[in-house]
Amino acid sequence: MKSGSFRLSWDKGIVLLLLLLILFGGRTNEFFLTGDNVNFLIGDVSEIMLIAFPMALLIIVKEIDLSVASILTLSSAVCGIAWQASQSMTVAILAGLAVGALCGLVNGLLVTKLGLSSLAVTIGTLALYRGLCYVALGDMPIADFPTEFTDLGYNPVPGTFLPWVVVPMVVAAIVFWYVLHGTRTGRWLFAIGQGDEAAQFSGIPVLRVKLWLFILTGFMSGVAGIAYTVRFASSSPDGALGFELLVIAAVLFGGVAIAGGVGTIWGVIAAVLIWGFSQSYLQLIGWDANALVIVSGMLLLISVTIPRLLSTIRDALAHKTSRPMGRGGVSSPSGGETAHPSPAAAGHDQGSHRG
Amino acid sequence: MTSLTKKVAIAAIGAVIVAGLAAAPAQAAPKPGLKIAVIPKAINIGYFKGWNDGAQKACKEVKAAKCDYIGPTQATGPAQLKFINQAIQQRYNAIVLSAADQNALAPALKKAKAAGICVITSDADVADPKTRTAAVLPASAQRIGEAEVDWIAQEIGGKGKVAILSAASTAANQNAWIDFMKAYLPKKYPNIQLVGTYYGDDDATKSAQQFNQILTEHPDIAGIISPTTVGIRAAAQEKKSKGSSVAITGLGLPSEMKDYVLGGQVKKFGLWNPIDLGYVGTIAAAECASGNLTQKAGGKFTAGGKTYTQLPNGIIFLGDPATFDKANIVKFAAIY
Repeated sequence: MKSGSFRLSWDKGIVLLLLLLILFGGRTNEFFLTGDNVNFLIGDVSEIMLIAFPMALLIIVKEIDLSVASILTLSSAVCGIAWQASQSMTVAILAGLAVGALCGLVNGLLVTKLGLSSLAVTIGTLALYRGLCYVALGDMPIADFPTEFTDLGYNPVPGTFLPWVVVPMVVAAIVFWYVLHGTRTGRWLFAIGQGDEAAQFSGIPVLRVKLWLFILTGFMSGVAGIAYTVRFASSSPDGALGFELLVIAAVLFGGVAIAGGVGTIWGVIAAVLIWGFSQSYLQLIGWDANALVIVSGMLLLISVTIPRLLSTIRDALAHKTSRPMGRGGVSSPSGGETAHPSPAAAGHDQGSHRG
Repeated sequence: MTSLTKKVAIAAIGAVIVAGLAAAPAQAAPKPGLKIAVIPKAINIGYFKGWNDGAQKACKEVKAAKCDYIGPTQATGPAQLKFINQAIQQRYNAIVLSAADQNALAPALKKAKAAGICVITSDADVADPKTRTAAVLPASAQRIGEAEVDWIAQEIGGKGKVAILSAASTAANQNAWIDFMKAYLPKKYPNIQLVGTYYGDDDATKSAQQFNQILTEHPDIAGIISPTTVGIRAAAQEKKSKGSSVAITGLGLPSEMKDYVLGGQVKKFGLWNPIDLGYVGTIAAAECASGNLTQKAGGKFTAGGKTYTQLPNGIIFLGDPATFDKANIVKFAAIY
C-alpha cells in the first residue's frame, strides 16, 4: 500500500511538472507556446508517444521490446517498397502495418513459445529487423511518395495548428487508456505484472496475453513507421536510430515500474510531453544539441533513482517511527526492496489505477 | 565538349565579364541586420567547424544581426529537422544547410519556404531543387573525377598502371566520380592504363587489405587514386609501413594527411574547402533574404570579389577542389 500510494503521487507529480513546465516556458519564451512550436513539438514526440503506449503495457507485464525502432523503420521500408510496386498508398500503408504486426508476432512467439527472455530476443531482432531494412532498401531511400501523402506531414489539420499525426495519437491514447484502466484485460495486465504464476493460477491466459501485447507493440511501431514516413517524406534504412531508448525512458519516467505491475497511461502521456516540451524549451533558449542529449539521459536517471531514493527514505522513517529506539542502521539494507511493490500491496491499488 | 563543360566555360567567361564590370553596381548589397541560421550535418565534425568559420566571416561582411551555428549531434536528416523547425519558429531570414539526408528534410523545407525563409544548401544538397533556392556545391562530379586523374598523371609522368581504391561499391558519389575518371583517362592520358577499381568500404582495415591486394596483383603499379578520405589515409599508412614507392593521391582530410605529406608518402591530394563553401553559401543566403537572388539559371551573385553563376536548378559550383601539398598542408591541417 505504501509504495502504491507513492507511485500514484509520482504520476500526479509528473502531470504537475508538465503543467509547470508549460506555464514557465510560456511566460519566459515568446516562441514556446506558439502554434508553430506546438505543431513541431507534437510531430517530434509523435512516434515516441505511439510506441510508448504498448511499451507501457509490455513493461507492466514485466516484458520489454527493444526492437521497436527497427520495426518502425522496417514498416516504413515495406511501405515504400509496396508503394513502388502497387502505386497505391492504401496497399502501401496496410503492408507497412502488417509487417509491423508480423515482427511483433515473431518477437512474441520467441518469448512465449520458447520461453526466452524478451530482453535477449528483442536485442536480437533489433539487429535482425534493422538488417532487413538495409537488405530491402540498400543504400537508396525511397522518396517518390505522392505529394497528397507527404503533404500530411506538412499541412496541419484544417482549422487548427495541429499536425495530422495528432489523430492516431489521440485515438491510441483513448484506446490504451480504456483498455488498461477500464477493462478486465487491463486488470489482467497488472495481475501478470505482480506475478506470472499467481496470475496463471487465477485463470489468466498469461502467455496468450503476452503474445498479443508483442503483436500490438509491433503494430503500433508500424503505425509510428507510417507517421515517420509521412513526416520525412521518405523511407530510409537508417531512420529512428535509438528511438527504443527514448520510448523506454519516457515510459519509466511516466511512472511505469521497470519491475512491472504498476503504471498509468496518463503518466506516460505526461512523461512524453515533458520530454518534448523540455527539449523544445532548451533548444529555444539556445542550448546546443550536446546538452540536449545530456538532458534526455538525466531524465531517465531521475526517473529510476528518485522513486528508489524516496521509498528508501520513507522506509527508513517508517522504521524509525515504529521503533523509536530501534537500530535504524540495520533496517536500511532492506530499504531498497520496497521500491518494488509487493504483489499484495500493488494488488490493492488496482482500483486506484482507473482513469 | 559536353554540355556541362560548355556551361562551365560559359559561366567562366561570364564571370570574367562581370568582374570587369564590377564598378557598376549591378546588384544591391545585402540588407544589414539579417538573422541567419547555419545548420551543419552535425556540430561535432571538424570539417563543419571550418564550414562555419566561412559562414561567420560572411555574416560579418553582410552585417547580419544573428549568425547562429545550430545542428544535431547525429548526422541524419531527422535529427536536423528540429533545427530547421527552430529556425522557422524563431523567424530567421535565411537558413544555410548542409543536408545530411537528401529526402527527409523536404517537408520541413517546404514549411520554411512557406514562412518566407530563404534556404540555401551548401556542401550537401537535397534531392528536390524546389525545396531550396540555391545549392552551393564543391565542384561537378566531372571536375572532381578529372582533377584526381590530373594529379596522379602529374606525379607518375603521364604513363604506367593506375588503380582506384574506392569506398563501398554502392557509394553514389564515388561511383559518379569514377565514371568520369574512366571516361577522361583514355582521352587525356592514353599511356596510363587503369587496371581496376578496389573497394575498401570506407573501413581502414579493409582499405589497407585492398591496397596490399593491388600491390600483389600488380607489382608494377605506378599510382593509386583513392577518392575517399578513409581510403587515401589507409593507403598512405600502408605505403609508409611497407616502404612502397607507388604514387598516391585522391580526396583526403588535411588534418589526417599532414604526416604523410610531410613524410613524403603523398605529394599532393585534394578536397573541397569547407570554409569557402560556408562563406559562399552564407553570402548567397544573405543575397536571397535581401531579395537579390532567386532560383534562375544564369542568375549571378558576388562573394569575396568573385562572381558565381547559377546552373539549372539553382546549382552553384565553387570550382576545382582545393589541393594540398607540403607548402600549405600545415595551415589547412589546423583547420579541418
